[in-house]
Formats: sequence, C-alpha cells, structure tokens
Amino acid sequence: MTVPIETGPAAGPAPGPGEAPGKDTGKDGALSGAWRGVLRYALAKLGGALLSIGMVVVATFFLFRMIPGDPAIAYTRDVPLTPDQLDLLRRQMGLDRPLPEQFLDFVLKALQGDLGTSYEYRRPVAELIGERLGPTLLLVGTGLTVAVTLGLWQGTRAAWNHGGRLDRFSTGISLVLWSVPTFWLGLLLLMVFAAGVGPIPGIFPTRGMEDVDAPGGPLYLLHVAHHLVLPCITLVAVVYAQYLVVMRSSLLDEIGQDYVTTARAKGLRDAEVRLRHAVPNAMLPTVTLVFLHIGLVVQGAVTTETVYSWPGLGLLFYEAIKGPDFAVMQGTFMVLCVAVIVMNTLADVLYHVLDPRVRSA
Amino acid sequence: MTLLEARDLHVEFTSRGRRARAVDGVNLTVGEGEIVALVGESGCGKTTLARTLLGLERPASGTVRYGGTPLAYSTRALKAYRREVQLVPQDPTGSLNPRHTVYEAVAEGPRIHGLRDERQRVASALSRAGLRPPERFFPLYPHELSGGQRQRVVIAGALALDPGVLVADEPVASLDASVRGEILALLLRLRAELGLSALVVTHDLGLAWNIADRVAVMYLGRIVESGPVEQVLGSPSHPYTQALLSVLPDSPAPVVLRGEPPDPTRVPGGCRFHPRCQVLAAGKAAEAGVDGRCRSQPLGILPAASGPQVACHFAEGSRTPA
Repeated sequence: MTVPIETGPAAGPAPGPGEAPGKDTGKDGALSGAWRGVLRYALAKLGGALLSIGMVVVATFFLFRMIPGDPAIAYTRDVPLTPDQLDLLRRQMGLDRPLPEQFLDFVLKALQGDLGTSYEYRRPVAELIGERLGPTLLLVGTGLTVAVTLGLWQGTRAAWNHGGRLDRFSTGISLVLWSVPTFWLGLLLLMVFAAGVGPIPGIFPTRGMEDVDAPGGPLYLLHVAHHLVLPCITLVAVVYAQYLVVMRSSLLDEIGQDYVTTARAKGLRDAEVRLRHAVPNAMLPTVTLVFLHIGLVVQGAVTTETVYSWPGLGLLFYEAIKGPDFAVMQGTFMVLCVAVIVMNTLADVLYHVLDPRVRSA
Repeated sequence: MTLLEARDLHVEFTSRGRRARAVDGVNLTVGEGEIVALVGESGCGKTTLARTLLGLERPASGTVRYGGTPLAYSTRALKAYRREVQLVPQDPTGSLNPRHTVYEAVAEGPRIHGLRDERQRVASALSRAGLRPPERFFPLYPHELSGGQRQRVVIAGALALDPGVLVADEPVASLDASVRGEILALLLRLRAELGLSALVVTHDLGLAWNIADRVAVMYLGRIVESGPVEQVLGSPSHPYTQALLSVLPDSPAPVVLRGEPPDPTRVPGGCRFHPRCQVLAAGKAAEAGVDGRCRSQPLGILPAASGPQVACHFAEGSRTPA
C-alpha cells in the first residue's frame, strides 16, 4: 500500500525521564528568590518615590510664590496699614529675604516637620493638617470603599451579561455620573436632600461633619454618619464608573481565555469558574488601577468637601487659596501629593506581589 | 466496545438572524482503547463537534452517549460526565491559568470532584504525562515552562481524573515539530498503558495517519467519509478526501478546490460538496450518470459503523458495479 501523505512527526519511543524544568532553582530556592526580587523592586520603587516627593517639595515652594496676591495684606485682613508697617510685617514673615534663602529655610523646617505658621489661623500648619486629616480620611476612605465595592461588583455583573440589558444599563448610568461635574452633582443633592424641594423635606444636614449640639457617646457616630451620607454619595457617584469599566473590560478579556473553557470542561460550574479563575485574574489590573486612580479621588474630595463644608484637607486647601495662605497651601498641597505618590508606589509593588509572572521576572 | 458516541447530532448557532448548521447530522463512535481522528478544513464544524461531545455545547437535536447512556444536561450529570470525558485543548499557554502553579492546575480536577489523595494523584498524573520527578514541577508557573511542558501539564490535568476518553482539539497545532512528536508519542503510550480512548481533532493528515486507528473526514457539518486509517487515507473514496490528500507535498497531482469556502449558513442542496467537487467539474460524474443526483439529491447521514463508508453519489455508483 502506498502512503500518499507526508509522514508527520514520528510516533517514536516514549520520551525519557521528564524534561528539565525551566529553572534550575529548587522549590524553596525559587520561592525565596522570587520574594527577594520583589523586595529589591520595592526598594527601587521607594527610592523613586522619595525622589518624586523631593520634586514635589521644590515645585510646591516655587509654584505658590507665583500666585498673585500679597500675603502681608491677606494677613492683616484688609486693615489699612501704612507702607512702613507693611514692610515691617513682610520682614517679620521673612518675605523680604531672597527666594533661595526662603527656600532653604522652608526645606530645613519641613524636614523637621515644621510646615510654617498659618497667617489666617495663626497656628502651626502641621497642627492644622493633623486636625483636618481625620475627616478627610473618613470621607475618602468610606467613599473609596463604597465606590470600589460597587464598581467591581457592577463591573463583574456587566461583563457576565455582556451586551445584555443589565450591562448597558449599569455601564450607561455609571458613565453619565462620571461625566457629571462633582460640584454640580453635590449642589443638586444638597438642594434636594438637604434643603428640601417642594414636598420633599430636607432629610440630611447641609454642612459640616457635626453640629454644635452633637450628642456624645455612641450616638456621636450616628450623628457623623448622618452628615457623611451626602458627601459620600457625591464622591462615590463621580468615581465608581472607572472601577466598573476597568473591571468589566479586564473580566471580558479573561472570559475569552481558553483556561476558562478548560475549567468548565473539568466540571466547574459557571459561577465557580467566575469565582476561582476569571474574577481573581481580572482583579490584577483592576487593583493596580484602583490605586493609581486614588489621585482622582483626592481631587474629587477637594470639590466635595468645599460643597458640603466638610472640615477636611480639601476644604482647608480651598480656604488657603482664597487667602492666599502660603504656608497652609504648601502644607496641604504637599500632603495631598505625597498621598498620591505613596499610593502609586503601593500599586506598583502590589502588582509584583500579586502577579507570579512579574514576580519572578 | 463503544465508549463515546454521537447519534444524529445537530448543533446550530444563530448569527445575525441566520441559522448556521455547524454540525448537521453526525454519527460517530469512539471505542474503548481506540484513537479516532476527526479531520477537515477550518470551519467545517469539527471543533463544534468536539465541544458538543464534551458537553460544552448543547445539541439542537440528537444525543451524546457515554457507555450507552445519553448525556443529560443537568449540572450534576454534566459534572459526572466530565470525570469520564476530558478535554485537551489546542493552545496550552492559553488554557493554563497564568496565576496557578502546575500543582494547582493539575489538582483542580480532583478538587472539583472531591477525589482523595490529591497530592498523590497530581504526582502520578504528572509523571504519566512525562514530567518527572513531578515534585519539581509543583511550584512552577506556566510561564516558567516550555510549550511542550505546558501541553504535558494540560494533559496531566486531564489524566488526574482518570478519564475514559480524551477529546483533544488540535493537541499539537501550536507546538514545534520536535515537541509535536513527543506529545503524540505520549498519547500513544497512554493508550497502550492505560487503555485510554481518544478523539483527536486535527486538520493535519500526517498526524491522523500517525496516531489514529480510524479517521472521519468532516465537510460542512457532516462526516463525508470514515473508516480505518489505511483505507481512508490510503485509498480515499470521497473526492473531498482525495483533494485533501492530493495537496500534501509528495503528491503527484494536486487538486485545488475551486469555489467559495463552505458557509454553514448556506448549505448547498444535493450533495453539499458538489459546488466545489473536482470529480463533478471534470465531467467524470456525468460519465457515470450521477451528475443530476449530485446536484439535487441529498445524501444520507453515514451510520456510526467502524468499516469504510463514504457519502458520495459517484463513489457509490462506481463501487456498486465493481
């Protein structure tokens, strides 16, 4: 019999004892080696972050010197003064000295944790920031937790119903909210739910984190939570779309992968495939982006805090610009920038910890 | 004895309002310890047929049987079925979760099915798939392995469940020629040592020749010729099989098929191959007096017999007088 076909690869003898694994390192060696790599990477990233923070310090100082407005006049709150008095004041504030000298002074003091004294409040800036940090962390922390949870959950559902009604509805709503200006949405909610429109009574407080007559004890928490509702909703509505969209698209990528089919063929139910394979893998890019986007949340917090007079860093920053209160501006700006840099660094390092492919590379 | 069986299987998809008959009446059996190759060009429905045999796709009509029992599509029945019939997918890189280690990938099946002695099962599956010593591979991630090693891990993942049948969809298409031979040798060895049956889906006739006991040739959703590998690939009866074989490099006179590639949303009347049939075009069908039937009379669905069979008016006509 003739064999009219090309004889493919020979079905020869069985291959010998298994091929050597790609790496020579044994089990323990490979693991600790990988983690050593992560550590080295983290240290390098930390160095980069410190460099960025240094740049921020430089930029902060010179940026705010370019803003028009005389701090001496702002300091006296428009009380008429003679030019001599103003000169004296400027000398006391150190504004008469050459810029490089002022800068050196600023850096040396900042290193010791002294961010100067507020002209407006006549108190150390570091103290003011410490006071305002709590409310901001409460607002941003709560808002971010809700936004991330909501976004990831809706994104997962949207991807699983790809092209369906639920997908179009939830994606559409989130994108509309994302496109809405934060202050506008804030004012709208304030009008409807705090001031009350027509028959709707105002059910939430209009401003601040607590009233003068705030109750003590455990009731205080409820009191603050009541104040937190509207600012939090505003912040969540404006930022959760990005988490939804990122989760949705990365999950869609994963669903198309062959290993999802393999898992199904092994006997996993669809819901289990989603939980064990697709969602954890889709979380990888999402987690990174969550951290990278925290900068945007900080920006949203400035607007939200201003609209609702929330006594946080954002409001402090806004009030300082109106001053202009140089020391406070510099201080809050630096804190906000450092927060973003820290989060970005964390995102980079986290990616390495989470992804075995990058980890060992 | 028949292990895996497709009976009068139809699978349809609807795309842009048009019905595509991806699998359009297929009878196929895989016996115990038998390796059957399913060959055909891209888009002929062979992957869909494989997916349906795995229970990943639901047939529009017809049944998939395992050991004589029709497959039910309840969650529990599918789970039980998947212990017996396992998939070896085409692309080992894509079919391994990049964030699971080799151990986790192979252990997944036994975990799903609640099998005991997980560690021992994984080790035994890996060594049967040729990855020895298995413990060395446990902590590795897919990206640390070569393509051949990845395919071995995928095969080990299937073997960990001690299945009766492997359904391999182009198991070596994405591998280098040198590795290809090793994987094929592995499949043959598994058959010899474990009595494993396999349905190998491929467009590579050389592979079918090397590995299969029987071959089924698929064209546009139907099996047009089937039988022992020497018969079908040695002296093909169907013009389509002849054309496939004629374009292999050492063939004397290649037959280039004319016409559009087959479209499952528009299956031609009469013999479904007639618009591209070189025998009809050359007038040989007319000489035999079957050209009218080629164009108008549909052919019956081939039964799932193990002997040589062909669905062609011309071949039937020329065989009868002989």
